[in-house]
Formats: sequence, C-alpha cells, structure tokens
Amino acid sequence: MNTIFGIPTPALYGQVLIGLINGSFYAMLSLGLAVIFGLLRVINFAHGAQYMLGAFAAYLLLNYAGVNYWLALVLAPLVVGVIAVVIERTMLSRLYGVDHLYGLLLTFGLALILEGAFRYWFGAAGQPYAAPSQLSGGVNLGFMFLPIYRGWVVIASLVICIGTWLLIEKTRLGAYLRAATENATLVQAFGVNVPLLLTLTYGLGAALAALAGVLAAPIYQVSPLMGSNLIIIVFAVVVVGGMGSILGAIVTGYVLGVLEGLTKVFYPEASSIVIFVVMAIVLLVRPAGLFGREE
Amino acid sequence: MSSAPLLEVRGLNAWYGESHVLHGVDLDIREGETVTLLGRNGAGKTTTLRAIMGILRRREGVIRLRGKDLLSLPLHKVAQAGIGYVPEERGIFASLSVSENLILPPTVSDSGMSVEEIYTLFPNLYERRSSQGTKLSGGEQQMLAIARVLRTGAKIILLDEPTEGLAPVIVQRIGDVLVALKERGMTILLVEQNFRFAKKVADRFYLMEDGRMVNSFPGHELDARMNELHEVLGV
Repeated sequence: MNTIFGIPTPALYGQVLIGLINGSFYAMLSLGLAVIFGLLRVINFAHGAQYMLGAFAAYLLLNYAGVNYWLALVLAPLVVGVIAVVIERTMLSRLYGVDHLYGLLLTFGLALILEGAFRYWFGAAGQPYAAPSQLSGGVNLGFMFLPIYRGWVVIASLVICIGTWLLIEKTRLGAYLRAATENATLVQAFGVNVPLLLTLTYGLGAALAALAGVLAAPIYQVSPLMGSNLIIIVFAVVVVGGMGSILGAIVTGYVLGVLEGLTKVFYPEASSIVIFVVMAIVLLVRPAGLFGREE
Repeated sequence: MSSAPLLEVRGLNAWYGESHVLHGVDLDIREGETVTLLGRNGAGKTTTLRAIMGILRRREGVIRLRGKDLLSLPLHKVAQAGIGYVPEERGIFASLSVSENLILPPTVSDSGMSVEEIYTLFPNLYERRSSQGTKLSGGEQQMLAIARVLRTGAKIILLDEPTEGLAPVIVQRIGDVLVALKERGMTILLVEQNFRFAKKVADRFYLMEDGRMVNSFPGHELDARMNELHEVLGV
C-alpha cells in the first residue's frame, strides 16, 4: 500500500475529503456571520440555530408535505430568511443604537429558545434524512472512493461562496453593502434605504445558514443541537479570517477544515483543538485576523 | 425674484445629545443661488448642514424644500427629495473603487449629469476610475465627492468646506467647477472659510455665531464689510 509520511494514502485522502466537507460548512456559515457582522455589527449567535432550522425545514417538508430535496434547497432558506427578517424588524433593529453586547445576548437567547423548542418536539437524537437518489452512491476515483453526495456538497458550497462573494464585490447592491459597512449614516444620507438593507442582509445571512443546513441534512443527522456543535468552530473561523472579511471567511473556512482533517491523520489527539490553537496564535500575531483590516 | 425660496429654514433648533447647538436658525436659498455660510469654527455651520440633511436627528423648526417638509422625513428620503450632500470629511469609501464611489448615490431625478459628462469635467477621475477610492489625493477625493452628487440630479447641493487643506491650484480648480455648476443653474449652499474662494462664487452670505444667524448680505458687499467680518471671524 502507498504511504505518505508513513500514512496510508487512502486514509489521508479520506480525511482530506472529510476536512473539505467540514470546511465547506465552516465557509458557508462563517460567510453569513461575516456579512451580518460587517454591516449590522451584530454577532449573530442564532446562526447555528438558523442552520439547524434549515435542516429541520427540509426534514419537515419531506416528511409532512412530500417536498423533495431539490425543492427544499430553495424553500428552506426562503422560510428561514423570512423568519430572520421578522426577527430583525421586530427585535434586532431596536438594538442598533445600544451596545453590541445586547445584539449578541438577544441572538444567543433566540438560539437557546429555538434549540430548546426543537429538542422538546423531536428529542435530542438525530433524525435521518436520505440523500436524493440522483446523488446517492459513489465513484471510484482510482486513488479513493468518493461518495457522490459529498462531492456535490463541496461543489455546491464553492458555488454558493463564490456567488455570494460576487454579489458583494461586483454588484450595485454589494456596493451599497460595502459602503454602508464603512459609514451607514452617509450612505443613508445619499438616499439609500439603509434600514431595509440591514433587514435584507440579516435575512440573506440566515438564508445562507439554512441552505447550509439543507446541504448538511443527508451527511450529519438532523438534530436540534447540530448548529450549536458547529457554531463555536465557525466563530473561531471568523476570528481567524478577520471579523467582517468576506474573502477571509471563505478561504479560512476551507483551509481550517482541511487542516482539521490532516490533524486527524497525523496527530488525532489534537484534531478537536487545532482550530482553536490556530485562533489563539492568530489573535496573538495578527489580532485583526488574516484577512482583516486594522481599525 | 419674488418666487418662494427653493430651500427654506425657519427657527431651526438642534441638539447634540443634551447640548443645544442651533438656536432658531433662519435661512433662504432661491433657485440657482449660491449662498455661503461664514463663521468661526464651532459657530454651527457644519451642524446647520447636518441638521438640514437630517443626519442630526434632534431638531425643531421648519425645513422645507420647494414647500415640502423635510423635518419629518427619514434620513434616506431627504436625498430623494432632491438634496445632494458633500460632507466635510468627503466620505469617500475605501472598499469601493472610484467609479463605484461615483455611481453609489441613487439618482433622484433625471436632470443629473451623465457619467460621461462628469468624466469630461473631471478627467483625473476617469484616469483613476479603477483605483480604490481612498487612494486618490485629497484634491481628487474632493472632486469625487462633488462629482458623486452631480450625477444624482439633486436640485441643491450642500458643500461643506470643499477647499479645506487643499493646494491653491486645486482650490482654483474646484472654484472653476462651482462656477460651471452655477452656470448650469445649480443651487448651492456652501460652508467656507476661504474668503477669496467664497467671493468668486457666492451671491449671498450668511454670518453665523454661536449657533445663530447674526447677519446676511449680498455678495458684492463682501469687500466693504471686510473689517466687520474680521472682527466676528477673528481672522
């Protein structure tokens, strides 16, 4: 059997793939967090719960309405996005004038309520969600076996991340968003409806989390705590990438996912803390994050 | 001219938090006029502009544009009513290119300049259109800040110290631009410390002191009033 540094290559490739999958979710979730934080200056602790809501929306749509995976990919983010818009309009928007800590506390409370409610209804155990038949099975790449659904998730997440990046960097709406992130008052004085922009941004960020949740449903089980397990790592990714940096969130998400996978191969004992070690080092050396601007 | 003023400010009071900074300010600007606010630092000139725009929210009194009340409007509706704002700090966005900065403010009427016309008026901006906005020189950033509101079709522009900290040759250039805008019929409310610059463009002056309007006079009286002004402005 082939080995690299004494590690069998199938094990290595397998862990790199798992790292890429996890990295895909880190990237999609930290992207939404970064967009929300950049404009609203809210650290959205409900992000994990919104991801969980996306997965549950897909699960419920399938089991109670017979809505298939492909339609759920569109409907679940839409539903969660609308819920987020209502939350922003009725609650979050009242906190913009006060310390950022209040936004964090509000979203943290919402996350606890959502997760508690779903645990009450569905129990803590995960619910299975089958991958669509078009994406089941796998292919032999010669050097490793690739489950098709996992390949799909990596590609879909890349498309989502690049699409979001293009939306922010290349469109007029994105220019409003970037400008308002710098100086919201002036952008509003130019006649842009900034309160509406804030609402849409929060809705978009939550919809991205929900989309990641639908993609995750067939890989991880659909469980009330699936978001809270992930969100702490995602916050670390955002810190390493640089608070508010879109590109930083995407690149760091994939890189740290793969790094975590490689650590599982070379030094498994450290695999659950490697991301936090990286975060600590980055905070010491470059407190604004790898892609962040010093303010 | 007997017509009603384009912009009418009556008994405007404003507060920064608890501190009362404008005390019953009255101001009229007729269509096509260029009016300059004079006053020492801290006299309330910038505050008057910010209160008219609605950036400063705590206000009382009357602000009307063509008879339409502005005081009750949310911030983003004031620009849409037809006011363009060029802030003192210029407000060029670092995360936007020069051309993105230029087209950022939404148009409010179809009477604005086209991007081509603006690039003809400011050839430097055309050459540097792909640069990051804040990589421009101070003078170029000021040109961009002015150019940005010309595209929107605003009826009146509020210009806060456009010559501050700029080299004489750039000040000259900005003066030429304002004269060109006047010829096109643009209405301008200018805050300016530079007399020679203001004299070239202003039809009328208002003099502010301690958050109050203390005097107003036509532009041609500036020279005759120099001694009086030196006393009030302490220059």
